[in-house]
Amino acid sequence: MFPTPIEKSSFAVNISYRVAIWLALLMWLLPLIAVMMTSARSVADINAGNYWGIPSEWRILENYVEVFTTTPMAQYLMNTVLITVPAVFGAVALSTLAGYSLAKFKFKGNTLLFATFIAGNFVPFQILMIPVRDLTIATGLYDTAAGLILFHIAFQAGFCTLFMRNFIVGLPDELIEAARVEGVSEFKIFWYIVLPLVRPAIAALSVLIFTFIWNDYFWALVLVQSDEVRPITAGLSALKGQYIASWQLISAGSIIAALPPVILFFAMQKHFIAGLTLGATKG
Amino acid sequence: MQNLQSRQRQWMPFVFLAPAIIMFAVYVIIPICQSVFLSFYEWDGLGEKTFIGFGNYIELFDDEQFWVALKNNLYWMVFYMLAPPLGLAVALFLNQKVLGIRLVKAMFFFPFVISQVVVGLVFSWFYDPTFGLFNVALTSLGFEPIAVLSDENWVTFGIIAAGLWPQIAYCMILYLTGLNNLSPDQIEAARLDGAHGWKMLRYVILPQLKPATFIAIVVTVIGALRSFDLVATMTAAGPFGSSNVLAYFMYEQSIFNYRVGYGAAIATVLFIIMDIYIAYFLWRMLKSEKA
Repeated sequence: MFPTPIEKSSFAVNISYRVAIWLALLMWLLPLIAVMMTSARSVADINAGNYWGIPSEWRILENYVEVFTTTPMAQYLMNTVLITVPAVFGAVALSTLAGYSLAKFKFKGNTLLFATFIAGNFVPFQILMIPVRDLTIATGLYDTAAGLILFHIAFQAGFCTLFMRNFIVGLPDELIEAARVEGVSEFKIFWYIVLPLVRPAIAALSVLIFTFIWNDYFWALVLVQSDEVRPITAGLSALKGQYIASWQLISAGSIIAALPPVILFFAMQKHFIAGLTLGATKG
Repeated sequence: MQNLQSRQRQWMPFVFLAPAIIMFAVYVIIPICQSVFLSFYEWDGLGEKTFIGFGNYIELFDDEQFWVALKNNLYWMVFYMLAPPLGLAVALFLNQKVLGIRLVKAMFFFPFVISQVVVGLVFSWFYDPTFGLFNVALTSLGFEPIAVLSDENWVTFGIIAAGLWPQIAYCMILYLTGLNNLSPDQIEAARLDGAHGWKMLRYVILPQLKPATFIAIVVTVIGALRSFDLVATMTAAGPFGSSNVLAYFMYEQSIFNYRVGYGAAIATVLFIIMDIYIAYFLWRMLKSEKA
């Protein structure tokens, strides 16, 4: 292990290390902690410039209730869920099929296709913006959840296919070969043999792209314009314009937007990190 | 029977691939070609398209805003490169087994999990000229306060600093995983040879962390070139376009100024810059695949 385990050092070093990590964490998250505190402040505090001290009165409940009653935040939150969940499902489904094909079948153009999926994944969004926007308008999907969902499925398919292909390549060929000898159809092999084996990868991938899609802002700006469909990232930034002085509301809104991915990350930490590094360290 | 099965095996991979290929082609591959094509036209997004050859590119060359955005993108790339070493530093600091360390690591990672819009809001507020913590700290140290986000000289660096926050967290996780997979034998052998501290890090640890470093650099470069969310939420490229980057410049020209062809030309330039990195990444990836 590197660096040398701290247990081997003196008692004093051990104590200071244990204090230092929490102090460092406090400094690191200071901007976030300040926002949490502000979401509990009164308007009087904000106007008096008490941004960083202890709130003179705690108005946690009042502020959060106000966000949900006076702004369309609940609607934005709902919209994001309705966009993110189907998009994650679709992207994972598509890429599990594609990843299996690229990993376990030899055919001409395999490497080229794989390279295309990887490359597409790094493309700047702006090169897609105008044609995707025009296509979405032309198909009548502009300003609908479906328009955003379809785009997210397609775009995430690049990263997801890379990920699934790299995972499936490591699975043993023997099971698949044995089933083929038995005369099991290719689709049944996929469904009954491959799918159960890739479950951990599916979990890791889903958690990861859930946060990617949840946090998307650019496409929310480009493909959607009404409050009825607008997801929380774009909603929050619209609110910032309208409630310019109401920092306590903006802060509460920020916390609401940040919470679901943070909770998911905490609950599925192992999967999340596995996802981040499996897609990554294979380079 | 055998014949039918082997024939099935021939077209099955394409059946499995078809949905992903179709979606990817419609939303990614074809749009790239269309954008490049559009960059040779003058178009307001609604009316007639007029072919003007390299007109848009020639105009870009004389457009001061373009050079500002390109210069800022360069700053982004240079300063974003602090993320991998700083991420490594944090990872080394946290790579211990003491009580609560798992929780600390997880919470250090928070900035990467939350939306960049939220990061932008958090930092706009951190930089608030009168009450923001940044200026509170400056004045308490005896310096003049700086209105970071409305000062042409500081604004880009202020936004980059906000961007580094999640990016360092990302690199930290990559390195923590890398540190977890170090070969204990090599470290023990080096220790017996008397290596420690810097020497150990430089000659024994860093070579083993090479895959993590490679990915950290790739995602950091891509992150720097993709910078849009922070610029859009924190300044909308202001003051007077001084914090513009190519990604935002393109959006601004096509959506607000209805200069779609011109926007496509900016996107194409950004795409070409990114391509150089993609090509390098692919080349590395496929090379290690064959080895």
